[in-house]
Amino acid sequence: MNLRRDVFQAIADPTRRAILMLVATKAMTAGAIAANFDTARPTVSKHLQILTTCELLEQEYNGREIYYHFNPEKMKEVSDFIEPFRKMWDNRFNKLESIMRSRHSKK
Amino acid sequence: MERKTHVLAEAGRQDIMITRSFDLPVVLLYEAYTTPDIIEQWMGTKVLQFELKRSGAFEFETSDPKGQVVFTAGGVHHELVEHQSIIRTFEMNMPGFETQLEFLHFEAVADASSKLTMQIIYRSPQHRERQLKLPFAFGLNMAHNRLQEIFDSLK
Repeated sequence: MNLRRDVFQAIADPTRRAILMLVATKAMTAGAIAANFDTARPTVSKHLQILTTCELLEQEYNGREIYYHFNPEKMKEVSDFIEPFRKMWDNRFNKLESIMRSRHSKK
Repeated sequence: MERKTHVLAEAGRQDIMITRSFDLPVVLLYEAYTTPDIIEQWMGTKVLQFELKRSGAFEFETSDPKGQVVFTAGGVHHELVEHQSIIRTFEMNMPGFETQLEFLHFEAVADASSKLTMQIIYRSPQHRERQLKLPFAFGLNMAHNRLQEIFDSLK
């Protein structure tokens, strides 16, 4: 549960979302990622650390360089998280629909 | 099967969009939202108070299958346009929950079909998150129990 909350907090930040979108297209080094932002390099590093801790990003060592990969499986957790809420409303609305249809046909 | 209910909860925002298509005339959809004894049936809650007018209050009380009160909730109607829209506040009387603002838009698609768009605005993204988590705690179980009750009553 805590981990899931971390994923939500991670994607709540606009810069981190921008990083995710960037890395989703191809694996990149921290330097290449930072080059896309006006923010200071340490700030970008901090964002990368948060995204890596909650597993939205994965690190891959290539020689001396570290490449960041996007982890779509983790992103799926976010939509799975919403699914019970959607189901709850879907059940309610299905019920609303059947109640109103039977009332209407009786009239 | 096509999913009729869509929930859009974009990251970093403090609102949720719920949309649903109904095989019902828009008049009946609006009626289901504004008639206390019908609300009781589909929301699975007791309606203690329901004033269908501007500044009119409403109050719900939800119990578990054993009759134990799980929570009360309520709000105030802000604007009502018959067969078109409802603007209201809603609050679950539980620690950590605060008032939310709800914009309900009812739309006729054809004679016997309609669409509901519901935008819920929370105080912060964190408050929204708490609400999204609620079904994990008991919402889904309760919905499941209610379905079971309906199946049982059909036998």
